[in-house]
Amino acid sequence: MYGFLIAVGILLLLSIIWMVYRIQTLVSVVKGSDKKIATGSNKVNAIMFVLFLVGATVLMFWYSIKEFDNYNLPVASEHGVITDELFWITMAVTGIVFIITHVLLFWFPYKYQYKEDRKASFYPENNKLELIWTTVPAVVLALLVIGGWRAWSDITAPAPENSHVVEIMGYQFAWEVRYPGMDNVLGEHDYRLINSSNISGVDFSDKNALDDFSSPVVVIPKGEPVLFKIRARDVLHSVFAPHMRLKMDAVPGMPTRFWFTATKTTEEMRAELNDPEFVYEIACTEICGRGHFSMRKEIRVVEPEEYRKWLADQKPYIVNNPALVADLPAELKELAEITISEYK
Amino acid sequence: MATAHTATHSATGHDHHDHEHHDNFITKYIFTTDHKMIGKQFLVTGMFWAIIGGLLSLIFRLQLGFPDMKLEWLRPVLGGWITPDGALDPEFYLALVTMHGTIMVFFVLTAGLSGTFSNFLIPLQIGARDMASGFMNMLSYWLFFVSSVIMFISLFIETGPASGGWVVYPPLSALEQAMPGSGLGMTLWLVAMTFFIASSLLGGINYITTVINLRTKGMSFSRLPLTIWAFFLTAIIGLLSFPVLFSAALLLVFDRSFGTSFYLSDIYIGGEALPNTGGSPVLYQHLFWFLGHPEVYIVLLPALGITSEIIATNSRKPIFGYKAMIISMLGITILSFVVWAHHMFVSGMNPFLGSIFMFLTLIIAIPSAVKVFNYLTTLWRGNLVFTPGMLFSIGLVSFFISGGLTGIFLGNSAIDIQLHDTYFVVAHFHLVMGSASFFGMVAGIYHWFPKMFGRMMDARLGYVHFWLTFIGVYMVFFPMHYIGIAGFPRRYYSWTGFEFSNMYTDLNMFVSAAAIITFAAQFIFLFNFFYSMFRGRVASLNPWRSNTLEWTTPLHPGHGNWPGEIPAVYRWPYDYSKPGAKEDFIPQTVPLSATPESNLPHEQELVKLEKEIIADEETDLVANESKES
Ligand code: HEM
Ligand SMILES: [Cu+2]
Ligand SMILES: [Cu+2]
Repeated sequence: MYGFLIAVGILLLLSIIWMVYRIQTLVSVVKGSDKKIATGSNKVNAIMFVLFLVGATVLMFWYSIKEFDNYNLPVASEHGVITDELFWITMAVTGIVFIITHVLLFWFPYKYQYKEDRKASFYPENNKLELIWTTVPAVVLALLVIGGWRAWSDITAPAPENSHVVEIMGYQFAWEVRYPGMDNVLGEHDYRLINSSNISGVDFSDKNALDDFSSPVVVIPKGEPVLFKIRARDVLHSVFAPHMRLKMDAVPGMPTRFWFTATKTTEEMRAELNDPEFVYEIACTEICGRGHFSMRKEIRVVEPEEYRKWLADQKPYIVNNPALVADLPAELKELAEITISEYK
Repeated sequence: MATAHTATHSATGHDHHDHEHHDNFITKYIFTTDHKMIGKQFLVTGMFWAIIGGLLSLIFRLQLGFPDMKLEWLRPVLGGWITPDGALDPEFYLALVTMHGTIMVFFVLTAGLSGTFSNFLIPLQIGARDMASGFMNMLSYWLFFVSSVIMFISLFIETGPASGGWVVYPPLSALEQAMPGSGLGMTLWLVAMTFFIASSLLGGINYITTVINLRTKGMSFSRLPLTIWAFFLTAIIGLLSFPVLFSAALLLVFDRSFGTSFYLSDIYIGGEALPNTGGSPVLYQHLFWFLGHPEVYIVLLPALGITSEIIATNSRKPIFGYKAMIISMLGITILSFVVWAHHMFVSGMNPFLGSIFMFLTLIIAIPSAVKVFNYLTTLWRGNLVFTPGMLFSIGLVSFFISGGLTGIFLGNSAIDIQLHDTYFVVAHFHLVMGSASFFGMVAGIYHWFPKMFGRMMDARLGYVHFWLTFIGVYMVFFPMHYIGIAGFPRRYYSWTGFEFSNMYTDLNMFVSAAAIITFAAQFIFLFNFFYSMFRGRVASLNPWRSNTLEWTTPLHPGHGNWPGEIPAVYRWPYDYSKPGAKEDFIPQTVPLSATPESNLPHEQELVKLEKEIIADEETDLVANESKES
């Protein structure tokens, strides 16, 4: 149906163009205007530039203002506030340049359109001007970069000692979230240990792994640093938490990390946005195959007390599935069984 | 006339008389060594690819703009890639995106743009009979052709073409288990790209040698048109960076087929743990972007060169800051090799590297800014003639500004954390590289069509084409900034699965509709192109009243370009509207001694020197003539 309509549209367009084309060629031959340097169209084109400038500017401002709350995602992390600020400073600087250069670019064609009796001015160079417009952008850019560099250094600095560690592993096509348990140390892992009951390849012969647990949602406390340890088990993925202004690739064979501090609980954000359905999300931003667009994980930001309560309620892998430790050497197995009984 | 012999600086010795070679169809149109015909071959192949690449994008834009649309009507073409309930297969969506990117970047904007205009213009504008090696040049086209055929075939195989994005990052592209496109489709991609790289290298070597060695008398580097400077530097960039892409591809071939682990490590896929350890996917990214970033300038510089020429000619003014333009291009050439890792800020590489590349990246913005200011000043107080070529050139400057400014956001690693791999990046590079280069190419076609085919393209169709395309491109790519800022990720088959991106369906619909209109408008151009080739108004010898050498050739230059002596050059190519001169242009072939009324003081001093050259020429000519008779 659409296809048919499009086909008819194209056909119509083509035939109109054909007719206009034939007529105007004949007319121009009759008028002899094909010998002139600039015909009446020159003026039309010149005016079009000005119209375009005005029209596009109005549209841009109208839409940017009207939609501001839609495209401007609320921010919920400490560093996100800083990078957002950098973003908007850059927007202001480049916005001004954008408008000035475009006003000139579209106004000159109107102002200096071809006139038979005028000669263009022969103005081949001016080293002073070149110098000015080399140094001014250089200085402005330097200022912008220094801001960016300081933010970047802070963001990528080692995570604070007391960070809550969460492991996020990407695989086709989902995220697996592992918590280190009470000891806040993740157990070792090895990709050769992966199977259907141990999808992140946790090595349970490491006693740090005994209290590790998995969670269907990423639960984190507000106001305390959180360290995402990120890895992938098949192809590249990328952890993207838009409200946290957080993004880091998940690379098979090379663990990566990103730490941040959330500033608003999910509940607070719901109240602020007046949207009871609101959730923080993680998406994948590195192409990884068929299900790339569907790797969704939820982040739930809660008050620290609530976080600690939640943490205490979680059951380690080995409690949910004691078979995981069945093959361990005797002494480790004993340790594991003690852990299991503690949680019962 | 027939006695006029080729001058000493003839490209291929003395087998170029002005009488036509007795070419048959095959040597004239197919296995030709004439740079002009080879340029046209690149052009037509590039146009073919542009249509294919455009069509692919329309299909995936249908999916994004109208996700609920029933696509059964595409089944005759796409077969099993349309699911039983009439939707597009998500894997095929990725294949479309990948092939669109590959085709546009390499086959249209590298081969179609550089291949066409470097070939066509270098000998004509520097005053040479042909390229340094006509045979290598022919080989370059035919390797490109082979590459095209292989890439084209890969579109039709059962498992689909390569689908891992145009950057084909491993492990996704290395493992057949990861997606079907990484099987035979990816193999064909690699083979095609190998031929493509060979083609680019052969072409590039030829362009460089030709520019260095075959300039006509008086054509010093400081008198080269900016087009030639651009093609020359582009070829150098290509020559230095394409081999690195080749090595990246070669290691990928090893990983895929011979069990090595350059890029693979600790992988569990399809229910088994692979034996590979110790490789690094990030290594591939470094190698790829070492070409990848220069590549964006390989695509853009020729377009900038073309517009410099067109804007100067149609402003009837010298290009402002000729030297500054060259220095900027040199700066871009050098810097383009040291900014690659700005594509990898969040790839997991050392953040310290990120800081270094952030500083380097923002340095490269400076020469880009200088070029923009120079364009603007060239327009200032000009006497502007809006030929279609001129319109498209002004359009290019606009895109270059819009897209260049967003580069400043992306080059700032702190800001890029949020924007990386979102639609903001898509908007950025489609404006600055895609649309700008495309406009440069179209501008070049309108401008040099009379030289290519001896006829004019219709100007009014050109105006309509320009305005539809210019407005259309902005309607397609400007809105993408908004959805990018909102965080919409790239290469998504659908965004409705997430709360944060479950909106802007109206805007996406608008973008898709605009894309369809813009694409349709290109048929005006295609019609104009092919119709004018046979039925267009016959062109005058110098229709734009331009200064450069190509307009001193006959309407249909034969193989060898100039029937007699190659003209010598006495001035730079931008003597437009010189005070004192009668006309508003003085071609490069007019000696300074012939224009005492308009010479600048320092030029007056050159007149003496010039007299000697002219005397030289004369004796050459006489000597030749006596030899002949
Ligand atoms: C003002 C100068 C420029 C700066 C500072 C700049 C910066 C950047 C940065 C940082 C990225 C990576 C963004 C990301 O993936 O997160 C990027 C992407 C890109 N840029 Fe630029 N850019 C500039 C000019 C250009 C030019 C002139 C071109 C083309 C001729 C270009 C073409 C591209 C392309 C193709 C990509 C995307 C590649 C991909 O990921 O698929 N850029 N640019
Ligand atoms: Cu993904
Ligand atoms: Cu780049």
